[in-house]
Amino acid sequence: MNAIAFPKPDPGIMARREAIIAGLSAILPPECLVTSEDERRAFETDAFTAYRRLPLAVALPRTTEEVSAVMAYCHREGVPVVPRGAGTSLAGGAIPQEDAVVIGVSKMNRILAVDFADRTAHVQAGVTNLAITNAVSTEGFFYAPDPSSQLACTIAGNIAMNSGGAHCLKYGVTTNNILGVTMVLVDGTVVEIGGEAMDAPGYDLLGLVCGSEGQLGIITEAHVRILRAAEGARPVLFGFPTSVEAGEAVAAIIAAGIVPVAMEFMDKPAIEICEAFAHAGYPMDVEALLIIEVEGSDEEMDAALARIIAIAKAHGVKTIKESKSAMETAAIWKGRKSAFGATGRVADYICMDGTIPTGQLPLVLRRIDEIVKSYGLRVANVFHAGDGNLHPLILYNCNDPVEARKAEDAGNDILKLCVEVGGCLTGEHGVGIEKRDLMRHQFNEIDLNQQMRVRAAFDNEWILNPAKVFPLDGRPQAGTAR
Amino acid sequence: MNAEYTLSPASEAEAAEAVRGAISAMTPIRITGGGTRTGIGRPVQSALTISTAALRGITLYEPAEMVIGARAGTPLAEVQAALAEKGQMLPFEPADYRTIFGSSGEPTIGAIASGNISGARRLWAGAARDSLIGVRFVNGEGEIIKSGGRVMKNVTGLDLVKLQAGAWGTLGLLTEVIFKVSPRPETVATLALDGLNDARAIAALGRAIASPFEITGAAHVPQPGKTYLRIEGFADSVHYRAGELGKLLADFGTLKRLDASEDVWPGIRDAAPVALPRERALWRLSVKPGLAADMVAAIRAVRDGDALYDWGGGLIWFATDASGDAGASVIRAAARQAKGYATLVRAPDSVRAAVPVFEPEAAPVAALTQRIKAAIDPSGLFNPGRMFAGV
Repeated sequence: MNAIAFPKPDPGIMARREAIIAGLSAILPPECLVTSEDERRAFETDAFTAYRRLPLAVALPRTTEEVSAVMAYCHREGVPVVPRGAGTSLAGGAIPQEDAVVIGVSKMNRILAVDFADRTAHVQAGVTNLAITNAVSTEGFFYAPDPSSQLACTIAGNIAMNSGGAHCLKYGVTTNNILGVTMVLVDGTVVEIGGEAMDAPGYDLLGLVCGSEGQLGIITEAHVRILRAAEGARPVLFGFPTSVEAGEAVAAIIAAGIVPVAMEFMDKPAIEICEAFAHAGYPMDVEALLIIEVEGSDEEMDAALARIIAIAKAHGVKTIKESKSAMETAAIWKGRKSAFGATGRVADYICMDGTIPTGQLPLVLRRIDEIVKSYGLRVANVFHAGDGNLHPLILYNCNDPVEARKAEDAGNDILKLCVEVGGCLTGEHGVGIEKRDLMRHQFNEIDLNQQMRVRAAFDNEWILNPAKVFPLDGRPQAGTAR
Repeated sequence: MNAEYTLSPASEAEAAEAVRGAISAMTPIRITGGGTRTGIGRPVQSALTISTAALRGITLYEPAEMVIGARAGTPLAEVQAALAEKGQMLPFEPADYRTIFGSSGEPTIGAIASGNISGARRLWAGAARDSLIGVRFVNGEGEIIKSGGRVMKNVTGLDLVKLQAGAWGTLGLLTEVIFKVSPRPETVATLALDGLNDARAIAALGRAIASPFEITGAAHVPQPGKTYLRIEGFADSVHYRAGELGKLLADFGTLKRLDASEDVWPGIRDAAPVALPRERALWRLSVKPGLAADMVAAIRAVRDGDALYDWGGGLIWFATDASGDAGASVIRAAARQAKGYATLVRAPDSVRAAVPVFEPEAAPVAALTQRIKAAIDPSGLFNPGRMFAGV
């Protein structure tokens, strides 16, 4: 696929490569610097693998001070910087460019302090999402946002993309679970944003930084909220004859005053793919599956489920299957969280991430089917039903350039549809390069210009992750902000 | 300065026109909603007031999607009534400051957003900024800007929504706001402990919050020594959790369930126990909860005052004499020691002109604040100086 453009590498920077590496070598020890072509290959893309660019060099600093020194150096030299967590972005947020230095936070992976009494953890930004939960689970706590890539993805990347997950219906997304960050600005200045208290003073810079896709600074440490886990959690599978009935059941559950901790939807193709992979016991004779999870004591879960089951029955549910053991619960979630990986076993795919008002669900599902069929392709749908965050997986063969282009076009059509019905291009994966050129479908020039002026307040020269989020044409000249 | 005048645009287009008029005349703009919180911030000097009073009405309400949108000047009460009719609510329990300021008028939904106004349930459900998912505003170029939208998961572009929450109208004139909402709980129970000192009370609240029992309110009123917990949900679940909490906190005394008619939470939300007399300065501190009691003790060692603890100690209201710097140097030092900060919510104009109302920022953060202000309001016309000099 070559539809998404990258800026032309700056020949002046390319010509200075040796000098730039020498400059970085003066800051970082050899084990923190990746320069050979072979080793740089590991950093040329992320989970949006259709695009790749070999970076100039990769810096893997161990401390905030080292990040600051590298940033200051790159800023002085006018060298673009592409921040990187674990490289799990589905939107190409961490894909480098040839004239850029990648700054990866993977060596900063320590949990610095855990305070159970005040329910916070202080972590370095390269720590993985799941490592935080693992560090506090002995005391019954967890870190709430749970993107499917949580085993690998870093807190730095989670903050950059404002990651969500299956359980954010109840617990919110990253921006709702972070108290403060240490961030290195483009010129190497280190700032503390927010802190350890619940509210932060001044402008909500933390809210601005969450989801800013590495354009405002590099996060090196974070104070995150940890929560005490419920006494128990139980997912239940509800199979419906049609997607429409499943969608109506979701609306009815919310209308009844029940907010389950998770409500996940899969259509028949997704059920088949995930079941073949995880053997989770998903019903195979239904068109739509809801995984609804409730929490609390056994009695509380029984009571909540009784209410939900009554609603599901009123909406034509065909099969109901409760998890009876921790092992079954794990299998149910393994199936859902491996949806992308399991799909990758049967075909290449691109994963969409639009959000729609949930009331538009039946219409949008029908239209997605029509769109994908019109390109002669197949689609599997998994999504967060409670919040309308869709993940259609468009299946194609990446060795067939015509089909690849069709898949990309179908994806773009689906995202435009999401915006048309009142939703947005991306619910939790970010814009990256993938949706960059669609931004004008959601925002007009005035909106985009305002966002770019705010961006320039942090990075007037457009050095930080410069090829992302905003369409390449129509940008202000670097360095012209007032 | 010319005579003071007020514009009340009745539409977003009129609002943008009013702002453009002010830009061409380089007239600073004071923004007002219901006028119940004008006392917050540094005194704003301006000839022109733009009122959101005529920007009114609910623009979107989809109960099944748990989302509500309204024009900025819509009275909060109107929004809450619409939600109540469908068994829903604003999750963050916005505080009413009329007792604090002795102000009249109706708080508006736009001010709830721009002041990031939350109440006791913030502990569990997040602040106003956590529920605010979409805004429309007029920027300092007179342009209409939208950010976010009506869906609760949205990471498309920079989050200017959050930036508006708590900007107190210094980053533009909000014309419309969209909040996510939540179901109104079927049953609410308030559980009380008696006679604990501050440190013991905070310890009890902390233990409860760190339990799996979903505490949606955790407050301590030192005078007369009442410690309150709130749990919400379906009746059987509330009953169960009340019992479990009683066992969990047994060494702090007997946890009594208050009669449903005895609703202490509006008072706690609005800082009523320390709001009067209004001659006193009123501080709002947000700190690390476990350090709250020591912090208050440290302040009181040098300055008399009364405290009210909310959010399990994460929020402290502190009322003290308004003389001198209203305690600023002592209180801010203590708050920093407790990993937090302090806002001078109420004090005479003369004090607020001399003492920073909002916590002074470290130099590099202050520089970011100034640049963000310039990126949205390049001529510095909106509520000039309300938060910081030049902002």
